[in-house]
Amino acid sequence: MSKTSYRLVALASFLLLLGVWFGLTATGLIDPMFLPSPIDVAEQAWSWATTDNLLGNTGISIYRVMTGFALSAAMAVPLGLYIGAFMPVRAFFEPLMEFSRYLPAVAFVPLVLLWAGIGEASKIALIWLGTFFQMVLMVSDDVSRVPMSQIEAARTLGATNAEVVHKVLLRSALPGIFDTLRLTLGFAWTYLVVAELVAANSGVGYAIMQAQRFLQTDRIFVGIIVIGIIGLITDQSLRFVHRKLFPWARK
Amino acid sequence: MSNLAVSQLSKRFDHFEALSEVNLSLESGEFVALVGASGCGKSTLLRIIGGLETKTTGTLCIDGRAITAPGRDRAMVFQDYSLYPWLSVRENVLFCRGLKAYSKGQTEATIGDAMRRSNLLIELMGLARVRDASPAALSGGMRQRVAIARALMAQPDFLLMDEPFGALDTQTREVMHDLILHVKETERCGILFVTHDVEEAVYLADRVVVLAPNPGHVDSVWDISLPPRNQELKLTPAFLHYKREITQRIRATSGMVSDLSALQALTTA
Repeated sequence: MSKTSYRLVALASFLLLLGVWFGLTATGLIDPMFLPSPIDVAEQAWSWATTDNLLGNTGISIYRVMTGFALSAAMAVPLGLYIGAFMPVRAFFEPLMEFSRYLPAVAFVPLVLLWAGIGEASKIALIWLGTFFQMVLMVSDDVSRVPMSQIEAARTLGATNAEVVHKVLLRSALPGIFDTLRLTLGFAWTYLVVAELVAANSGVGYAIMQAQRFLQTDRIFVGIIVIGIIGLITDQSLRFVHRKLFPWARK
Repeated sequence: MSNLAVSQLSKRFDHFEALSEVNLSLESGEFVALVGASGCGKSTLLRIIGGLETKTTGTLCIDGRAITAPGRDRAMVFQDYSLYPWLSVRENVLFCRGLKAYSKGQTEATIGDAMRRSNLLIELMGLARVRDASPAALSGGMRQRVAIARALMAQPDFLLMDEPFGALDTQTREVMHDLILHVKETERCGILFVTHDVEEAVYLADRVVVLAPNPGHVDSVWDISLPPRNQELKLTPAFLHYKREITQRIRATSGMVSDLSALQALTTA
């Protein structure tokens, strides 16, 4: 399938969704309170953007996601690398991470509020909780998937353990790790909304919460769509960067 | 001149005895092939010599000094997937030069020598045209040339090869055979070569060691005295004699005969 036709089909799926949505609301059978029309949503987006600081709310949300995510990544990549490289490190951390992964991050909300207060720290902490454990395990998995003969070739050429880790394991697993980060960035957005629903006075999640209080269904839609668009853009940009950075890792 | 000596070496994996009291010796400049039925432990033996597996009992020495870990004196070539796809052909060949083990006592002169050597190896292995290519863009045969050049860059005393041509087609293998014989002439290292292909073993080696399974042990050693190799040689009676005799030894030790009689008993019943 050519790139152009892929794009056309992808575009068609969005247009179809929009068409069905528009068609449903145009019949007048559905109360706009349950499902506002695309036009209402577009108007709401315009007024929110021009009068109510949509950009500022989006900005603060992006900041929270990126900080929490960067903190997670900065800790998870080295830890995952060493778990994937050394058996004793794996034995120490892996079961612990498997256990922590199943702790529901959302259930930590009251604790996080207690420990970190209602400031920025608590939102970032919640995003960290939601992404870190998954990320560690996925990175260690990427590292485990490095072909054994790449490692053994380095060892028979006289590489030390540290050289095997940094010159072979990390380099070889890097495209996989990059993909892992791209996937977990999606999780980070989920936890952002949770964090902002609970305790915040800014951000897209907070705005959705406010809109719910006043039954502004159209505004809820705007919030959801904004997050969707940001997700789509970051995902596509990261895929592009991946192709540029790792041309050798084409699947 | 270096000498690699394996004596009374045994290897046990939990309850499975992989190798039992194996003796083997290899000199610089010598080419020894290890053949045998599957499960005879030929790859295990090579990996123990390479330092990638531990032995259970016995001794393993190079020039009298015991070996316990991998080292640059024993570079290894694997069947596949051992190249670094993020590096170009040239960078793969030069990989070992970036390691600490090589940077000690480095001078302008030694760096210059290393650069010249890498260029020579790239020429020798016929990689000049693809020196800046990514390994991913190369055919299987070309990739193995890179792997061999990378191993030789370490100037090993012994080159350990684990079925290096096992994944290649017949024509490419023949080219690689003549290439590796040329390498043997130019580089004075000892080569230990694991294969399941008897013709390959007889064609390349000065000595063929047949290992037998259950547990892995040396069944027989064959000194191959044949004139300088060329592809025509494979059709001569002397060559075919070695091939037939060694194949028969492997068959006799593999336990396949008893399988066949069991099958006959099953079908006649």
